Amino acid sequence: MADSTTNQPSRTRDLDKLLLRPGNLVAPIFDPGAQLRDDIGEYARILVVGAGGLGCELLKDLALSGFKNLEVIDMDRIEVTNLNRQFLFRLEDVGKPKAEVAAKRVMERVSGVNIVPHFCRIEDKEIEFYNDFSIIVLGLDSIEARSYINAVACSFLEYDSNDNPIEETVKPMVDGGTEGFKGHARIIMPGSTPCFECTIWLFPPQVKFPLCTLAETPRTPAHCIEYAHLIKWDEVHSGKSFDPDEPEHMKWVYTEAVKRAELFGIQGVTYSLTQGVVKNIIPAIASTNAIVSAACALETLKLVSGCSKTLSNYLTYNGVEGLHVKVTEFVRDKDCLVCGPGVLVELDTTVTLQKFIDILEEHPTLLLSKASVTHRGKNLYMQAPPVLEEMTRSNLKLPLFELMGKVSKDVVHVTGSTTKNDQKTSCLRKLRIAFKGVDGMTDTDMAGGA
Amino acid sequence: MDFFISYILHIADISELNLPKSCAITFPNGKDDLMYFEVSIRPDEGYYSGGNFLFSFQVSPIYPHEAPKVKCKTKVYHPNIDLEGNVCLNILREDWKPVLNINTIIYGLYHLFTEPNSEDPLNHDAAAVLRDNPKLFESNVRRAMTGGYVGQNFFPRCI
Ligand SMILES: [Zn+2]
Repeated sequence: MADSTTNQPSRTRDLDKLLLRPGNLVAPIFDPGAQLRDDIGEYARILVVGAGGLGCELLKDLALSGFKNLEVIDMDRIEVTNLNRQFLFRLEDVGKPKAEVAAKRVMERVSGVNIVPHFCRIEDKEIEFYNDFSIIVLGLDSIEARSYINAVACSFLEYDSNDNPIEETVKPMVDGGTEGFKGHARIIMPGSTPCFECTIWLFPPQVKFPLCTLAETPRTPAHCIEYAHLIKWDEVHSGKSFDPDEPEHMKWVYTEAVKRAELFGIQGVTYSLTQGVVKNIIPAIASTNAIVSAACALETLKLVSGCSKTLSNYLTYNGVEGLHVKVTEFVRDKDCLVCGPGVLVELDTTVTLQKFIDILEEHPTLLLSKASVTHRGKNLYMQAPPVLEEMTRSNLKLPLFELMGKVSKDVVHVTGSTTKNDQKTSCLRKLRIAFKGVDGMTDTDMAGGA
Repeated sequence: MDFFISYILHIADISELNLPKSCAITFPNGKDDLMYFEVSIRPDEGYYSGGNFLFSFQVSPIYPHEAPKVKCKTKVYHPNIDLEGNVCLNILREDWKPVLNINTIIYGLYHLFTEPNSEDPLNHDAAAVLRDNPKLFESNVRRAMTGGYVGQNFFPRCI
């Protein structure tokens, strides 16, 4: 009866034990089955953002967890200093795109996995590119990139008329981050758990040295590096802007920083410290990446398979002075401009921008006067300053439907002032605009009619 | 830029600007790129009275988490602004907080012209003259603003 393959132990034997049978490893409500394992392999499409220290670990962990359709996006090329922890890369790879080499190495090692590399900036991809994935896993080192991916993933989220998230529009994210001995892993389910922007305060702004200290009284190697980077560069390269991804630029800053340090008798300027200071990177610890990545990969597997309850919702790992692990359940900011539902406003397609602004003033829950309106980065109308008011004034008489590109629904952001307890306060709100009678949606009375 | 929340927060900021009378804002890249803009400041008192100083602002994609990058595009003889246009203003670097905004920065810059200080120098020579010989400092500022040399450096007219 049994065919030849079942006589040999399969490479997925242990994953099968988890996913093909009930038991004490899995949640009581979990419904095991071979279908599920195949689904994970065949249908789950995972995007890994970043192919650096975390990204290498994530790709390896996800491939070994049974995921077969992976894609990875990263704009960086491999540098010698990456090699201690970005273990998919070898000396001869220096200079090659990280995404491409990482994909190739994992495919060589784990049979059956297909990894598509994207050697580009995250902003270079169409927004719809990101909608194609079941889960987006982030292995990034910048707030900026996280903020971007978060906003993109949250832009797919739709709410029903009771302000509940519509399940099939939820794009889960698993976010890992490390800084030296510390790291975090979190799950973001837009609309249910806090998004990156809801908890942006978790990332304290980096303290910057005063320019006059750099210019007059440098005391540390970092001061010398920042002097070369921020002041000396401009003095010498008039008009040419510094590019941290350009090795020649980095070498120049390093050389100047060394001269500066010698002048003031300061020790300790190195090339890798220069990179660290200029790119704002804290020395990476390979094990921290491995630990955080392992947590992220496991949560990804649990999210897709439903085999066990997932992390709720933020894990911090701290290897400084002992070892501390803590899970915190942060709560969502329901007024978040990125993941919140905003206020639903239904409009006829004929409503002009001027009329819309008037409607906001009388809207019972908004009472927003003198609104400025922005749609997808375009300023439809600005009340101030006068130069912008003038540039946008001609939009006032146009229908909002046309100004928003004739879509049936979309988000706009409005700022204006509102009166609370007899006090005028300025406020910024997210609105979900739905046009009646477009694509047979929102207003049932209109659907069959004109 | 559409997908940076910083953009929306910044627009909200801009739509509520309340500039000093002698300041003006322009958007060289048009109404849909507000992340870069220029502000001209024309002090009406102090050493720099009557001068016109242009500043460029580049707003960060994680604004207001990070301060905008501000440069002085007018070459100026000033203890807190170097000849490349770097500006030493605490709220642009070490004292920036996300509750601050563009308005605060513009007021801060205005203040630099009405009360230049010799304690946080970027232009060391100018700071020394201001500290040791305010009369000479005043005449140096005048000479620079009307177009002329102060020491080795030529300053184009900005008055
Ligand atoms: Zn949020």
